Amino acid sequence: MSNPYIVLPIILQLVAAVVLMFFWTKTKAQKTISILFSTAAVAVGVYMLHSVWHHGIQITHSGNWKAPFGITFVADLLAMTLILISSIAALGVSIFSAGSMREERLKFGYYPVFHFLVMGLQGAFLTGDIFNLYVWFEVIIISSFVLMTLGGKKAQLEGTIKYVSLNLLASSFFLTGIGFLYGLTGTLNMADLAVKMKLIENSGLVNVTGSLFLVAFGIKSAIFPMYFWLPASYHTPPPAVTAIFGGLLTKVGIYAMLRTFSLIFGGDEFMTFITSIIAALTILAGAFGAMSRKHMSKIFGFLIISHIGFMMVGISIFSEAVLVGTVFYLIHDIIVKTNLFMVSGLVMKINGSQDIKALGGLYQSHPLLSLLMAVPLFSLVGIPPLSGFWAKIFFIQGALSAQNYLLVGSVVIGSFLTLWVIARVWSEVFWKKGENLPKQANGVYFDALSNLQQWAYIVPMLLLSIISLYIGLGAGRIITLSQKIASELVDPSLYIQLVLQNQLP
Amino acid sequence: MELLLIFIIGLLHASGIYMLLRRSMFKMIIGLILLGNGVNMLIFLLGKLTKGHPPVIEDGAKIFTEIYADPLPQALILTAIVIGFGLQSFAIILIKRVYQVLKTDDLDELNSTDEEI
Repeated sequence: MSNPYIVLPIILQLVAAVVLMFFWTKTKAQKTISILFSTAAVAVGVYMLHSVWHHGIQITHSGNWKAPFGITFVADLLAMTLILISSIAALGVSIFSAGSMREERLKFGYYPVFHFLVMGLQGAFLTGDIFNLYVWFEVIIISSFVLMTLGGKKAQLEGTIKYVSLNLLASSFFLTGIGFLYGLTGTLNMADLAVKMKLIENSGLVNVTGSLFLVAFGIKSAIFPMYFWLPASYHTPPPAVTAIFGGLLTKVGIYAMLRTFSLIFGGDEFMTFITSIIAALTILAGAFGAMSRKHMSKIFGFLIISHIGFMMVGISIFSEAVLVGTVFYLIHDIIVKTNLFMVSGLVMKINGSQDIKALGGLYQSHPLLSLLMAVPLFSLVGIPPLSGFWAKIFFIQGALSAQNYLLVGSVVIGSFLTLWVIARVWSEVFWKKGENLPKQANGVYFDALSNLQQWAYIVPMLLLSIISLYIGLGAGRIITLSQKIASELVDPSLYIQLVLQNQLP
Repeated sequence: MELLLIFIIGLLHASGIYMLLRRSMFKMIIGLILLGNGVNMLIFLLGKLTKGHPPVIEDGAKIFTEIYADPLPQALILTAIVIGFGLQSFAIILIKRVYQVLKTDDLDELNSTDEEI
């Protein structure tokens, strides 16, 4: 069904960014406006997910140029779910930034760029055109470059060099892949590509194109041999920025892989073989990396990589059972990872350090806050009934039924290693008897903040913790949703039919 | 014409990758720019070249009656050039800042964010 209002999430973020630019140096006004717009975005997300759930896939053709000629925006369940989840994470980060960002950064356009970044994410989820997806990816990376360098500290600049160069390389790969696809089929609309790719007999060329996309999205989502930029750069910007990066940026790569592998390069043995090895190595490399570090943000950075590997399991096997797990994990991971980097930001603010060897005694000094921080930490491990647990059941069941024992083993080992890492963080930072760390004379620490600022730290963590508790305890509903999304991914014929139904004769 | 383009694309890719693998930051950016241009040419080539048939419908006709040049690859390249230009200018300013702060152009010396702890 045609509905022009599905681009509303994009427009809302654009308007927010433009309005915020009029309040360039008035940071108080910026904070209020950003939080208001982010709340509105969540409301729009809820309404639209509800509408797509009840009325099915909704489509709009820009400029009324029918598919495959114009750029199509498609709101299906996967896109709308991710839009809702990412708006919730963005709302959390928006509040968190109000408390934790320095005034100097806010005066150099932090909030407008932040909303441009979220706009890029929403656009990438909604678009039904592969070249348009490239454009949204560029919107995302240019905003993320600015957010990462804002402040210009030495470590930030150094991390950004690595981040920028690898992302530019990934964009070149992506563009090459698009060129190949256009040469093969003469179309850019993803639904139309799905139809035309099936008719191509030269499967070698299709695999080459698929590999180009795998490398492009692989660099962006930090899978096995291409993840080195992530631990080198993600811990350098302020915690609010790391939270939005860790929560959302790598997941866009996974989303793009799900979309392209579902529609364009589905069901090829070569791809299954390659991606299952990559998935296993990503899980293990991330987990071992996390074990080797002592800096909280770096540990969580490596855990991102490890859990990207879990999502790759679904992409490699691509059966409905495993995809339920991947979609569930995607929903859970966006919320939990955003929350986790806020936790590391809060620990930093309380004690002025992120070194888990030096930290300690947090449970004694801040018992209630520690309980709050325990929710994301243990949701990540997936101690039942918290949210990480359910997805892993689907991974293991699905991998067993596909007889892919490599992936079964690596999911189990990966989960154990995650447990080990989180248990270490918990016992070192929260349980161990702490010494008083030397405080910097000019630093402002959490206990000295005003009440309002303290709540700006606590509210977003509370919000995201409640949502991840809901994902864990109300898993029935999320599983139903994931199952519907997975069945749409395995059999995209409805999507294709709806996009192309207005085709010219 | 195709053969010439193929050689140019190959040359741009080869020199781009060679420059990317150098240790100097500045040469790395040049490598990325060359690679970007190579990719743009590749799209141009893969969109199939047609000589002397502009995509303009003649007076009196309603549809194209003969083979015509596909304008879409050029639109794609134009978009990619504009985006690439923005990103590359950002990258150049970035390496200038990095050079000012860190006083080095050698990528091997930028390893403090990878250190343990």
